[in-house]
Amino acid sequence: MLKTSPFHPRTAPLVQAQTWRRWSGFQMASSYDPHPAREYAAIRNAAALFDVSPLHKYRITGRDAVRLLDRVVTRDITKLAVGQVYYTPWCDVAGKVIDDGTVSRLDASTYRMTSADSSLRWLHLSARGMEVSIEDVSAKLGALALQGPLARAILAQMSPADFAKLGYFRLVHTTVRDIPVTISRTGYTGDLGYELWVDVARALELWDALIEAGIPYGIVPAGVWALDIARIEAGLIMLDVDYFSSHHALIEARKSSPFEINLGWAVSKAKGPYTGRGALEAERARGAKWGFTGLEIDWESFAALFAEHHLPPQIPEVAWRQSAPVYRFGEQIGYATSGCWSPLLKTSLALAHLEAPHFAPGTKVKIEITAEHRRRTADAVVRKLPFFDPERKKA
Amino acid sequence: MSARYDAIVIGGGHNGLVAAAYLARAGRKTLVLERRPLIGGAAVTEEIFPGFKFSVFSYVVSLLRPEIIRDLDLPRHGLQILPLESTITPMENGDYLGSWSDPDQSREELRRHSPRDADAAAIFGRLMHHMAMAVKPIIGMVPPDPASLSPRDLMGLMRLGGHFRSLGGERFHALHKLMTMSSADYLDEWFEFDTLKATKSASGIIGTFLGPRSPGSAYVLLHHYMGEIDGAFRAWGFQKGGTGAISGAIASAARAHGVEIRTDAAVERVLVRGEQATGVVLASGEEIAASLVISGLDPRLTFTRLVDPKVLPDDLVEGVRRYKFRGSSGKVNLALSGLPNFTCLPGVGPHLRGAVSISPSVEYLERAYDDAKYGEFSEHPYMDIVIPSMIDPGMAPPGKHVMSIFVQYAPYALNGGWTDAKREAFGDAVVKTLARYAPNIESLILHRQVLTPADIERITGLSEGNIFQGELALQQLFFLRPVPRWARYRTPIEGYWQCGAGTHPGGGIMGASGRLAALEILKASGR
Repeated sequence: MLKTSPFHPRTAPLVQAQTWRRWSGFQMASSYDPHPAREYAAIRNAAALFDVSPLHKYRITGRDAVRLLDRVVTRDITKLAVGQVYYTPWCDVAGKVIDDGTVSRLDASTYRMTSADSSLRWLHLSARGMEVSIEDVSAKLGALALQGPLARAILAQMSPADFAKLGYFRLVHTTVRDIPVTISRTGYTGDLGYELWVDVARALELWDALIEAGIPYGIVPAGVWALDIARIEAGLIMLDVDYFSSHHALIEARKSSPFEINLGWAVSKAKGPYTGRGALEAERARGAKWGFTGLEIDWESFAALFAEHHLPPQIPEVAWRQSAPVYRFGEQIGYATSGCWSPLLKTSLALAHLEAPHFAPGTKVKIEITAEHRRRTADAVVRKLPFFDPERKKA
Repeated sequence: MSARYDAIVIGGGHNGLVAAAYLARAGRKTLVLERRPLIGGAAVTEEIFPGFKFSVFSYVVSLLRPEIIRDLDLPRHGLQILPLESTITPMENGDYLGSWSDPDQSREELRRHSPRDADAAAIFGRLMHHMAMAVKPIIGMVPPDPASLSPRDLMGLMRLGGHFRSLGGERFHALHKLMTMSSADYLDEWFEFDTLKATKSASGIIGTFLGPRSPGSAYVLLHHYMGEIDGAFRAWGFQKGGTGAISGAIASAARAHGVEIRTDAAVERVLVRGEQATGVVLASGEEIAASLVISGLDPRLTFTRLVDPKVLPDDLVEGVRRYKFRGSSGKVNLALSGLPNFTCLPGVGPHLRGAVSISPSVEYLERAYDDAKYGEFSEHPYMDIVIPSMIDPGMAPPGKHVMSIFVQYAPYALNGGWTDAKREAFGDAVVKTLARYAPNIESLILHRQVLTPADIERITGLSEGNIFQGELALQQLFFLRPVPRWARYRTPIEGYWQCGAGTHPGGGIMGASGRLAALEILKASGR
């Protein structure tokens, strides 16, 4: 049996078409409606409520907590203020990414790390000789993401916290209808949004309260299909889809450095020693071999592939995750790892690994498209990520 | 004469704005003049009751051309179309017919009423798909004139001919039937379930003074399927913020290309010197010069009010006189304190996020038309109802709702004319009819706005209150819209053009008329 989230008793009855998926060993909803259109629309129009409890969560305390985290991740944790959150990758000694996640500073000496993969062993290995306690709190904490332009309006009427003051990537310990929660202004949608961290004992209460208060604001429980479209629009990478953990990659070619997955900005130049520093600084100096970037697929050339068969263009309603070769001047110069039709931007998007020097924005490339069983190519243009970046995200 | 503007567009409706945006995009210095204090024409959002926003007239986006969305980059300017998921039709026996976003669910719902129809629907859908694919290119085509021998028209006709030949026999015959039959008769050939036929045929009568049993009403069935071809593009649904936000997005794109937009600027007439348009005069007396003047208004206003019809050929003036407006629909907008409770599907459910069609039977619709034929509004009208606040919570205060009710029939030429009392009686008939299916509706109403065709004409300027700038009937479509020989956006006056929904292809928030007009103008003036 797969594990179920603390919100499962509420989410399970909503799944109309048994559209479940596996996520870190949990049984989670791909979508609640048979189709994700409405759930996606809520992210960009109202508020979508996601159960993100399968994230791995670690509570790190002790004298050397900051030393440990600073050694592991590529950002400078000594600069992380109380109530602040960093999004960051972490690497092996060769500078290849193991995982990406968040580090939150809950108080002066307590940190929480979230990760897609289990990171307990790596944290312990890295903590050798340090005075630090690493607790896997994954099963103790439920996590919900409330994402969308009306997310703040919903929370503001339920919580005494001052949401006008809660900045992007900041957190607050507060209550929601008297339920103790930590609320961070974070998410995986590229929109205005929050993540709520709650003791599993109060999880269902929190769900019920959010739904009840959210209905007048159009709250919609949403699954991973909707999330996947939003995160592609936001240009956010996904482990095991867009890149592989260096701990799991079977061959070298499947490993990526932060520079190669558009996370070069998160590799601190100034900080002290940390795992992978030497390799990363050398790579920074010589320039990355690969870039990770957006592709926008040209509609006319895409539609033409289907028009040849007297068909209207076929657009998948969920994001695709199979690799698609990308060409320039007739040579393969990379591959796209995920993509979707953006219902908001009304265009086909993809996230792609492209070899230098082909990843400059505006570069014209071709991407493989299968149209009526035939492998063809459509025109595409390299775009800077994110595709969609509304002001409200940080405002 | 040196013009301050290259082009002036009269009327800030969505087609006028689209035309202006395309002209400016091609480097023309363009001015849009709008009579009202707000742009959008019939695609406007107004807060007519504090806190409640209404798409006052046009209320859903249908067939907005994907090429316009792309060319003008409308998503970056605020276009955000939200899914309108379902349609339910309450039946007189207390049951309902539902059509949902999931095709399997819809088919099984139909099977509940008629297993035969459930199977037929799939085959009917395939046929309609093929015909919609065949007809769709016409929307993007400047109509060739079949009576002309010019090479360009002949080329256009040959392309069209080849296009139809590629359909094959069976589909060509079906298309011919679709063009000539009534929707009721056409649907009778396929289906047995009355409520299904009524709901499908309702789309064929919208905005037209025809009943479901009137010949020529069948072809509009195709429009729905044309929408489905574009369905992938999701170019239909509910615009966030109401239809005014679509106008806003187009206006924003137009401004980004340098278009200037003036509101409260009613054009009195077009200035014509010799046979050349030279600019416009505003109601204020202000004269503005331009070498191109493009009217987004309907054909009656374009040819008989903005210019002196005496300067126009008699056959054109006569054609415009014959062109049928006959507004046949009204609109009731309600501010509600809560949600309606439909007897057929009690409580709050997904059906409230879609359309509710009051079209229980073909006979119901035809009787509604009978009232109108003899100069009365329908006592029990056809209604297409949506609750926009269920899709976009920003349309009403939290927990409150707005309801948009499209109502047919309400004839422009009402016996004795429209009066305040008649308007309210019409509003009462609508609410009373709705209360048969949702009895709590009356107790929820905080505010009611009733719009008759006379009101639509008064507020938007649309002649006789016709929402499409003239009926979308076969005799005034394609190379006949608005008038034979003048279906290519030109007028006999040099530099004076038409771009409204009264030109091909017209109707709905498509923007195609505005785009095709602009491209034609640019072609003529050598871009």
